[in-house]
Amino acid sequence: MSELIADAKMVQLNKQIERSEKSSTAVFGFWVYLMTDCVLFASLFAVFSVLRNNTYGGPSGAQLFSLPYVLIETLALLSSSFTCGLALLSAQRRHKKQTLLWLGVTFALGLTFLGLEITEFHKFVTMGDSWHRSGFLSSYFTLVGTHGAHITIGLLWMAVMGVFIYKRGLGPLALKRLRMLSLFWHFLDVVWIFIFTIVYLFGALHV
Amino acid sequence: MSEPTNLEYTNVLIAASHESEPSRLKHYVIGFISSLVLTLCAYLITYYHAGNRGLLLGLLAVLALIQFLVQLFFFLHVGRELSPRFKLMMTVFMIMVVIILVGGSLWIMHSLAGRVMPSTKQMEQYMNAQDNL
Amino acid sequence: MISTFASFLLGKLSLNQLPNNPITAGGAIILVLIPLAAVIFISVTRRWKWLYREWLTTQDPKKIGKMYIIVAVLMGLRGLSDVILIRLQQALSVGHAHGIISASMFQQVVSAHGTIMIFFVAMGLMFGVINMIVPLQIGARDVAFPFLNATSFWLFVAGMVLINVSLVIGDFAATGWLAYPPLSELKYSPTVGVDYWIWSLEIAGVGSLLAGVNFIVTILKKRVKGMKMMLMPLFSWSVLGSMFLVVFAFPILTVTLTLLAFDRTFGMHFFTAGHGGNMMMYVNLIWAWGHPEVYILVLPAFGVYSEVVATYARKKLFGYTSMVWAIWAIVILSFIVWLHHFFTMGAGSDVNAFFGIMTMIIAVPTGVKLFNWLFTLYRGKINMKTPVLWFIAFVVVFTIGGMAGVIMAVPPLDFQLHNSLFLIAHFHMMIVSGVLFGYFAAITYWFPKFFGFKLNERLGRYAFWSWLIGFLLAFVPLYILGFMGATRRLDHYSASLGWQPLFIAAGVGVVFIICGVVLQFMQLGVSIWQRNSNRAGRDPWDGRTLEWSLPTPPPSFNFARLPIVTKRDSFWYDKQAQFTDSRPYEPITIPKNSPLSMVIACGAFFLGFAFVWHIWWLAVVGLLVVIVTIIWRSMDEHTEYELDADEVMRIDRALTPKEAGL
Repeated sequence: MSELIADAKMVQLNKQIERSEKSSTAVFGFWVYLMTDCVLFASLFAVFSVLRNNTYGGPSGAQLFSLPYVLIETLALLSSSFTCGLALLSAQRRHKKQTLLWLGVTFALGLTFLGLEITEFHKFVTMGDSWHRSGFLSSYFTLVGTHGAHITIGLLWMAVMGVFIYKRGLGPLALKRLRMLSLFWHFLDVVWIFIFTIVYLFGALHV
Repeated sequence: MSEPTNLEYTNVLIAASHESEPSRLKHYVIGFISSLVLTLCAYLITYYHAGNRGLLLGLLAVLALIQFLVQLFFFLHVGRELSPRFKLMMTVFMIMVVIILVGGSLWIMHSLAGRVMPSTKQMEQYMNAQDNL
Repeated sequence: MISTFASFLLGKLSLNQLPNNPITAGGAIILVLIPLAAVIFISVTRRWKWLYREWLTTQDPKKIGKMYIIVAVLMGLRGLSDVILIRLQQALSVGHAHGIISASMFQQVVSAHGTIMIFFVAMGLMFGVINMIVPLQIGARDVAFPFLNATSFWLFVAGMVLINVSLVIGDFAATGWLAYPPLSELKYSPTVGVDYWIWSLEIAGVGSLLAGVNFIVTILKKRVKGMKMMLMPLFSWSVLGSMFLVVFAFPILTVTLTLLAFDRTFGMHFFTAGHGGNMMMYVNLIWAWGHPEVYILVLPAFGVYSEVVATYARKKLFGYTSMVWAIWAIVILSFIVWLHHFFTMGAGSDVNAFFGIMTMIIAVPTGVKLFNWLFTLYRGKINMKTPVLWFIAFVVVFTIGGMAGVIMAVPPLDFQLHNSLFLIAHFHMMIVSGVLFGYFAAITYWFPKFFGFKLNERLGRYAFWSWLIGFLLAFVPLYILGFMGATRRLDHYSASLGWQPLFIAAGVGVVFIICGVVLQFMQLGVSIWQRNSNRAGRDPWDGRTLEWSLPTPPPSFNFARLPIVTKRDSFWYDKQAQFTDSRPYEPITIPKNSPLSMVIACGAFFLGFAFVWHIWWLAVVGLLVVIVTIIWRSMDEHTEYELDADEVMRIDRALTPKEAGL
């Protein structure tokens, strides 16, 4: 009878393997989700590219956008992507304080980015160039706004993550989620490369 | 069916935990600095209109693609996993779908725009031609 | 003041939105009565606690799969009642007669039929079968993310409820199942019908997307040690291909629907006729999702046929490797053919030619699969059970429908046949034979595994013949009508055209199909009634794949000891070698039940409902419910419990001798 029950040592080892596999499975699953999000953004980019010249008498990108302003936004987001990586590094070395510090910096930079974007949107809307104006503006607000909505979710996640780490420390669960969060945040920066290039820089060149 | 040896188990454990191996600071620094440089390059050539439009467009596209690959490798660690490389596989598949979707849509819509959505000028020409008949 | 408050509270909602004609009112009353009757029944028999503990909060994919199938069957009945209306109308509305329903009502019925059949019947059956079978086939104890899996199911239910609410409050889209703009824009469809369509598909679509992620990860990462990719059963391979399509195509649908919703709700101009919108972009995007969707539905059914054919022919599947490659060829090609749905929109001949050729090419891997199945049957000792009959019907019907498809892949011919009933006949032949027959075969084949008894074979055969005769009678006339120039969604036609006899013939076909459905329910009833004489053990069909190695019904953790896999159809060879497992038992972790999936779906439902009726406070509440629930769930670190090895052994032992006696 007793030889039918696995011995404790082996069970322990198996459990360890299972736990580590589960964590890597979860991170992989999150990656698959990010791939779906890439296709989502790709569809929005396709729509934007088709509608970009449909200004219907309204302003074009070149008339609306201020390149230096967008550069500041871009730099804020790029730096936050870097500091997010630093937060993950500190977490992997189990430095709780440092992790929280870098997460805080990332959060602040992300919030700056979001603030700049909302200010820009607000300016356009008050000038009368809102999403009602033309097909081009509808697609501009939707593409950039979808990215902004992702950033908002990322910030919310970061805040929850910060509280979680502060209260419960850097356990395996926190570490796993931090890896996913950092993937999410880097991914948003990758999307922004294309928004920066296709929406703003191409726009300035009157494509 | 023999019992798995301890060595086998250790190997499995190492393989499973591979992805959680600490990332390196070096990678993030390289990724950050090169992204910064690429962004600034793209910005400056656009801001100063350095060159004709076609050239600039091509250059901007290339810079964006390079930065995409840089961040994919240094920030998102694509291509650094052990076999089986499912993450890489998903990424490659995604890129294929995106190219088909965006490229195909633009091709189709461009063809349609030229044929069924004439510009105002073309429309006038057409109407004049009809009048002359 | 009061009216402002009321419009804040209720948005566009008012009592005028209740049904105002006898047919909708009848439908609405039935739709209210059925859940009411269910609630009363559960209360009287005091089963709420049981229902909550065993079903509503479950994380077990086998139970979730059963719930998917129940929902799909119920929705199938709704879709079938739409069919009855369509066929009656088209048989009667000739010349001076105007049939039984108004033109606008007819358009709503047609749109509801298409939407419900694709999204809530075909998708539901597909995810049901996948949930029940895939973990068993790959030797897994569970899916990769059980909570997410339950959430996918409940989102599917939320979308289903929303589309049915449209029958009671407000109306449904009268814009066809894909709601092309500018007709579907606010200007031409000012009622809430299109919004119901958008939000129910949006919610169900997100559910499908998450399920797609889940099953990709499950198949890639949770296979039992030893089962290399090329050792996987073909059903699991087909599901993997299908889920790849889900994951990469559904985001396009999400975007397209959202943009249409933005047009309608926030006055944007993506697809409007003026203000720089481009309605052709909608058609382009919706088919960039829509074409892969066809293969999403059909690939798992192909997988079912692969299992059925190999099992009942008692042979190993012919051309395993070519089958796998055919799946992946289909997956990739199905992303490169979407323009064939709108050849007539006016793109240049280069574009049309490219997509026409690609469409013809995709018939090649499908042909490879067909021949492989036939070669598997060739010289097999075929056990002619109903699943094999469904397969043979599929081969015939799918080939005819497929050839009609290749005809339409030629752009000049498509200009003639586009939007005609020929097209309708073509895609019904593909989807009914390729999808529905496949899942009928699947249900008959796997039923004994989950319920312990077989379905009645005689009634199954009667049902099969009614279905097949009815189906051919219903759709062959449509090919002819299509050639004669009858267009789709036709609510009335002139008597001088001479179409009426053919439409009546199609109507008679539907009567046969209804007989088939009744026989299927009788089959289920009789099988339950006589279950003691139909008992099935672990392996009633002499199966080849791992699910047949499990006790019937399988315990919640599926495998007490994870199976050993060394080759394709390992179980088949183990049986011949009379292998008995004597390895020790180990403890198993099992996810705890959770009601939070349901809560998230409830939030999503109210979010959708609020967007339909512009009740903005409710939208905020719905969104907050979703977000807070997710955060709440993420704080819970004890979502699993452990079954210790003694307990596992006790359960496994208890399950084993019970069958030995059978």
